[in-house]
Amino acid sequence: MPDPRFKVLTSASTSGPGDAGRTGSWRVERPVIDMSSCIPAKTGKHACHLCWLLCPDNVVSKEIEPAIDLEYCKGCGICAQECPVQAISMVPDADFLEGADSE
Amino acid sequence: MSNPIIESGNVAAAMAVQLARAEVIAAYPITPQTPVTEKLSELIAAGKMDAEYVAVESEHSAMAVCIGAASAGVRAFTATSSNGLLYMSEQLHWAAGARLPIVMCVVNRAIGAPWSVWNDHQDAISQRDTGWIQIFAKDHQEIVDMTLKAFRLAELVHIPVMVNYDGYYLSHTYMPFEPPDAEHVDAFLPAYTYKHALTPERPESLNTVTLPDARLDVDGIKRGGYMDIRHNLHEEMGKSIEVWEEIDQEFQALFGRGGHPVIDPYRCDDADVVIVAMGSMANQFRVVVDRLRQNDGLKVGILALQMYRPFPSAIIAEALQSARHVMVYEKGLSYGNQGALYGDIKSALYPYPARPRLHNFIAGLGGRAIPTESLYQTMKTACEQDLQTPSAQADAPQWIGLQL
Repeated sequence: MPDPRFKVLTSASTSGPGDAGRTGSWRVERPVIDMSSCIPAKTGKHACHLCWLLCPDNVVSKEIEPAIDLEYCKGCGICAQECPVQAISMVPDADFLEGADSE
Repeated sequence: MSNPIIESGNVAAAMAVQLARAEVIAAYPITPQTPVTEKLSELIAAGKMDAEYVAVESEHSAMAVCIGAASAGVRAFTATSSNGLLYMSEQLHWAAGARLPIVMCVVNRAIGAPWSVWNDHQDAISQRDTGWIQIFAKDHQEIVDMTLKAFRLAELVHIPVMVNYDGYYLSHTYMPFEPPDAEHVDAFLPAYTYKHALTPERPESLNTVTLPDARLDVDGIKRGGYMDIRHNLHEEMGKSIEVWEEIDQEFQALFGRGGHPVIDPYRCDDADVVIVAMGSMANQFRVVVDRLRQNDGLKVGILALQMYRPFPSAIIAEALQSARHVMVYEKGLSYGNQGALYGDIKSALYPYPARPRLHNFIAGLGGRAIPTESLYQTMKTACEQDLQTPSAQADAPQWIGLQL
């Protein structure tokens, strides 16, 4: 047991959202899901969910309509690449800025 | 109290590690350390020690295994020498920054090139800025006692400790010493626990990329950035001197030995000239001091430095306040500058009113013999000149025993 007079500062962290900062700010492109072709959304069944399974940051929810937590999504594009029905497209984040051209 | 036995310094170290109930030993053999690891592997194979012996392929891996073991809350030990110590250098910084209480014996040996298996202190000196606590033993009894106390210190302050003893002079010579009895050792050294011990029940990331700035963790608690963590290591290394003294007192109460954990002065009370040295050379100087006092009427003393990092600046400076001359003899240096210990002592004295004249001697590199007669003669000559040498000249190290 350490001596109580010693603080023993170390770098130790439990995993959880925000532990490495708001990593969503790293993103250049964000994934957008087309629910009309997404398998669980279209069938109303818990099927596929490959985006949930393969997201390296665990920001995709395992729901009938999968949701992406944009606070932490780094925009890596793995979900878009892996989606078997190409329901996910990567859209430049700049398009979502206030005042961006809506075209 | 147990009976004295006669054994080598390496076996003394292994016995201490056995008594300390180390649970993981990971080591790679290197002369003159090899017999420590051989003895430990024998003890484990014979069922006399309940530990895992990991036969690694390098010293870098040896320290990595110790880091893993200590991170899982297990008491870990390794030993090395010379180039082996340098090979684990990166991991030494890691163990200190991660605040893991690993204990390592370094059987001091010269560093190649050219290859030398013989003794000097350059291996330990070259690793002085890793954040490890470095202590130096002078004889076999100190190897045993310091190694046991090192585990206690490491686990109280959460800083790894390097126990240094001279290759051959101590590692391979046989000397009588008292192995402490196991029951008292168990009372002195409680089981190791680690609050961040890795367990699947409570997963944590240890020492991942740590940002320059402090941050809020997932629980909203402010956690230090790299600089805060390193500042804490520095501060707490300094505070470890006091803890080391307290541990020595506890040890003395249980085993009846100790009393000089940081510096060990011999005939220094009335000394005009104080010699400072580390390791076995400091014991050799006791004979020289006796002769200089008896034959030449010179008031000389020897101050053995037991703890090199953290450097006990105030304790040393105060011990040298009444000396007129201080002679620093050492087996390691900062190439292109001067003896490493000499530089440290000079800087320790700077804030103090009395600044004795300092003299630096480099001796015994790569096992070059240091005959007691030559120490006696250099001291006698230096004292007879009454050290009139101009300061700048006296500041340059004098190499003793050169043959070319």
